[in-house]
Amino acid sequence: MGAGVPVRSRAAPQESRRRRRLTVHGLVQGVGFRPFVHATATDLALSGWVCNDAGGVVVEVEGAVRAVEEFGRRLTADAPPLAVIDQVEATDVAPRGEAAFTIARSRCARPTRPARTAVSPDVATCADCLRELGDPADRRHGHPFITCTNCGPRFTIITDVPYDRPATTMAGFAMCVACAREYADPRDRRFHAQPIACPDCGPRLEFVAPSRLVHAADEVREREDALAAAARLLLNGGVLAVKGLGGYHLACLATDAAAVSTLRRRKRRGDKPFAVMVADLTAAGRLASLDREEAAALSAPSRPIVLVERRRDCRPVLAAAVAPHSADLGLLLPYTPVHHLLLAAVGGDQPLVMTSGNLGGEPIAADDADARARLGTLADGWLRHDRPIHIPCDDSVLRVVDGEPLPLRRSRGFAPLPVALPLPVAPTLAVGADLKTVCALGVGRSAWLSGHIGDMDDAATLRAFTTAQRHLERLTGVRPGALVADRHPGYRSGQWARRHAEGRPVRTVQHHHAHVASVMAEHGLDGSEPVVGIAFDGTGYGTDGAVWGGEVLIADYRGFRRFAHLGAVPLPGGDAAVRRPYRMALAHLWSAGVGWDQDLPPVAACPPTERRALAHQLATGLGCVPTTSMGRLFDAVSSLLGVRHQADFEAQAAIDLEACARGDPDGLAAWRGRYTFAISQPTSGSPLIADAATVIRALARDLRRGVPAAAASAGLHGAVVALVVDLACRARQAHGLRTVALTGGVFQNVLLARGAGRALRTAGFTVLRHCRVPPNDGGIALGQLAVAAATAAE
Amino acid sequence: MGHGGGGAMSAELVEQLFLPAFRSRDGETPVELADAAVLELCGSRIAFTTDSFVVRPLFFPGGSIGDLAVNGTVNDLAMVGARPWCLSTAFILEEGTDLAELRRVADALGTAARAAGVRLVTGDTKVVDAGHGDGIYVNTTGLGLVPDGVDYRPGRAGPGDVVIVSGEIGAHGVAVLSCREGLEFDTAVRSDTRPLHGLVAAMGRAGGDIHALRDPTRGGLAATLNEIARDASVGVDVRERDIPIAGPVADACSILGLDPFAIANEGVLVAMVAAEDADRVLDAMHAHPDGRDAAPIGEVTANNPGVVAARTGLGGERVIDLPTGTELPRIC
Ligand SMILES: [Fe+3]
Ligand SMILES: [Mg+2]
Ligand SMILES: [Zn+2]
Ligand SMILES: [Zn+2]
Repeated sequence: MGAGVPVRSRAAPQESRRRRRLTVHGLVQGVGFRPFVHATATDLALSGWVCNDAGGVVVEVEGAVRAVEEFGRRLTADAPPLAVIDQVEATDVAPRGEAAFTIARSRCARPTRPARTAVSPDVATCADCLRELGDPADRRHGHPFITCTNCGPRFTIITDVPYDRPATTMAGFAMCVACAREYADPRDRRFHAQPIACPDCGPRLEFVAPSRLVHAADEVREREDALAAAARLLLNGGVLAVKGLGGYHLACLATDAAAVSTLRRRKRRGDKPFAVMVADLTAAGRLASLDREEAAALSAPSRPIVLVERRRDCRPVLAAAVAPHSADLGLLLPYTPVHHLLLAAVGGDQPLVMTSGNLGGEPIAADDADARARLGTLADGWLRHDRPIHIPCDDSVLRVVDGEPLPLRRSRGFAPLPVALPLPVAPTLAVGADLKTVCALGVGRSAWLSGHIGDMDDAATLRAFTTAQRHLERLTGVRPGALVADRHPGYRSGQWARRHAEGRPVRTVQHHHAHVASVMAEHGLDGSEPVVGIAFDGTGYGTDGAVWGGEVLIADYRGFRRFAHLGAVPLPGGDAAVRRPYRMALAHLWSAGVGWDQDLPPVAACPPTERRALAHQLATGLGCVPTTSMGRLFDAVSSLLGVRHQADFEAQAAIDLEACARGDPDGLAAWRGRYTFAISQPTSGSPLIADAATVIRALARDLRRGVPAAAASAGLHGAVVALVVDLACRARQAHGLRTVALTGGVFQNVLLARGAGRALRTAGFTVLRHCRVPPNDGGIALGQLAVAAATAAE
Repeated sequence: MGHGGGGAMSAELVEQLFLPAFRSRDGETPVELADAAVLELCGSRIAFTTDSFVVRPLFFPGGSIGDLAVNGTVNDLAMVGARPWCLSTAFILEEGTDLAELRRVADALGTAARAAGVRLVTGDTKVVDAGHGDGIYVNTTGLGLVPDGVDYRPGRAGPGDVVIVSGEIGAHGVAVLSCREGLEFDTAVRSDTRPLHGLVAAMGRAGGDIHALRDPTRGGLAATLNEIARDASVGVDVRERDIPIAGPVADACSILGLDPFAIANEGVLVAMVAAEDADRVLDAMHAHPDGRDAAPIGEVTANNPGVVAARTGLGGERVIDLPTGTELPRIC
């Protein structure tokens, strides 16, 4: 952060010697800011002090007028790499004439006004630490907990603000003399590095193996032995639970088919792809062809999982069960010293499956006892340590589309960094939606987002939600005076909000309005002009009680108007329609007037009794709700083309359909105009309706002619891109709007996100796409806050 | 409207409309919400309850509106531990109702009352204009006597209690639905309607500390457990795998996309029993013909007050909601 930072200054009488107090707001704790201030002040021969308080960092400097001025300049211009300065307030105060510059004790915790101290996210091991880790002469050679002010755990170990060692889970580790000296030395890279440790005083790594796969004794406490034993377990085909920054991972050799299948079976993971950790970018490049942005994303300090297109000639060859049916591979690089040491012990070029230590849908296991209980039957051994994880934080996931990041899960490495709000908001808690839940605490211009919490179907997630929300309140010192939730009457997040309201108002925001507001907010739109919001997802509760999900909204933060939507088809039997896409396919065929003949894959996939009952349900509406969902249309076509009839997780059929289309790289261009949605407007003033029946009929016809599924799938993608452009053009014509916002889980589909983005730009639109929060329901909380900010006054 | 579904919406009506309107002179809301009210009268404890029956069709596999009208009210009395004593019955008939059909209903009602050992002591009949009703509606009101020492109330459920269900769930709702809709499944499902006071008496004789009993009628097990969790401010953890359900019922639910936990039962009860007495009570249930399939399905806990969670076959723990009346997918 440089010159653009606003500095507020109050004039003071001119003197030769001056003392000035500067209060720095932003991400300035836990990033080496005080050492930097100390070094800068000392360099300029200034006296005074610096300390953390709950509102940020406060500095007083005293000395020659020019030196004080220069200090103010360097404070923002030369700030440490991880610091993000939002604002500096400067006031002249009376000189006191002390001799030196010191780092003072932090001021006491509870702020008197809403705090804006940003707590740093967890940061991957830095290059300096890595060098020391590998240097036999260094006293931290091979130390699994090496950190400095530029790297290491933060968010996950901080129990309170201000950020100081006693307010972290390192509080129980007394520094040795050598560490204490480094900690106190302003010239040292570990000056006031709160998680500082060394082999003499730091946490201990241990290997615990109840399994016969390991020949050594049951408990090995020595550091080298723990790593060696863990590596041996992996090389023998075992499943290892590894304690990382935000929780436990389950690891196994990604090249060992038996081990991967065992892990998959134990985790009851269905076909959901596993992420793979590789030692470095070179190793990553052997598994996937990376472009510059993907390489940069992989090696960023946040170290997310990056979904990349896998190489056909990938080396070494990964077990098929790592990511079945998937065109992509989720790669990540090591981000803790333990990861680096473990990969080295296993053998540098061995990629490891690294998947969250949990059962599908549960939050990641972070507490040691909890991990032991929940992973007991999943792992053959544990590589763990005694530095507690205060708050669980799952890995972040993103992909790169057209050179821009597209977050799929914003969690470790990002949480709790605030996202700037376009409008100020009174302290408000947004509880998000029910899948991929993230909650957000809004105050002023900041939205503090939690990490990924999980799916609210799960009772453990419900508890994790409460914990995450309390942690946010503690870090920010903000007690929300209002809550905002989705309008769905059955959402657990909404029930949670009502149960915990304690007399505070609970407002609701329509699901797709929140999606559109979310993408507007992350692009900083002030909301003075509406956008054309294209919200395509699986399910959201509509204002008419129907299940929406193929929506074009003319929206600003204050409200929206439904401009167009997919034609409604019956969704038979609630969640069953989601778990069994063939039901959705039969519903679409029925709506399109296509007979259920045995030659169509979903007809064959549906048992006859169920088919009879389903026909009755569709005819009478029994257990059916109308849906305009684009996600369910993709599910239906996936089954229609015989790609997937049953889903282990939400959107699996749609994801496989995308992979199927990508199997025919030329298909997208060749089949672009093959299918078209028919657009109509029942009465003037009512929303336009895009009817999928024309597409369904053409797909069924092509299927019978023997057109390959890959080509037909490419054709559907092309038709949806064309539909987006067509509806955007009509909205431009009707309302003169030129900005289109693409949002909703369907835009995780790279063919659609890229295709629609490019086609809209070619047609002269400004396109807003998610790049800071996910297009899926993980982005809903931000949108809820933006709407709350704009409408609170009303 | 969904207000009759026995789920969130009917609870809302009771709490926000009826209870405030029915406050007594000293401003108190009516007695504790339970299946039946227990009142002191001349030194005896009298259980008092009423229920109306609107089921369609009037006859279905395993029973009829007449059976429900008796068994439903008898069971509401049984759930507070009362010995059913007598019933009143009121009919609301639509002009033009087939008399032969009415006779069949009346016969069924009489037969059910004799089988349950309760007397029909008073009644009423009203006829509404054609188009203002739907054939036959029945109301029954019941009185029973609560034996000394018996105190079954949802509010007594406490952490540590074992949750027991007396038999296979979901049969009644599926039988009525498939009959009404003309759906044919591979195996026909019959309603489980039956009086449960015999079973309750047998459980009482076992001598254990039974804290609460409920019959999971409309809204099914899901609604009942949620009500107990709310009223007693406790969590309820159940094991999905241990909840008895007949194969054909499970199949039908799966085909229609229905949640078996949210489906009405007419011959099953849920008991919250002190942990140390659970085995004794279970043995007594197994020895009774109406409790042969009884099973412990979970525990009352102090965590997550108000929340019902089910440990799934997959090892997860899913939250069981109060049914909202309509099946709306939450999956996005
Ligand atoms: Fe959504
Ligand atoms: Mg009743
Ligand atoms: Zn470092
Ligand atoms: Zn040390």
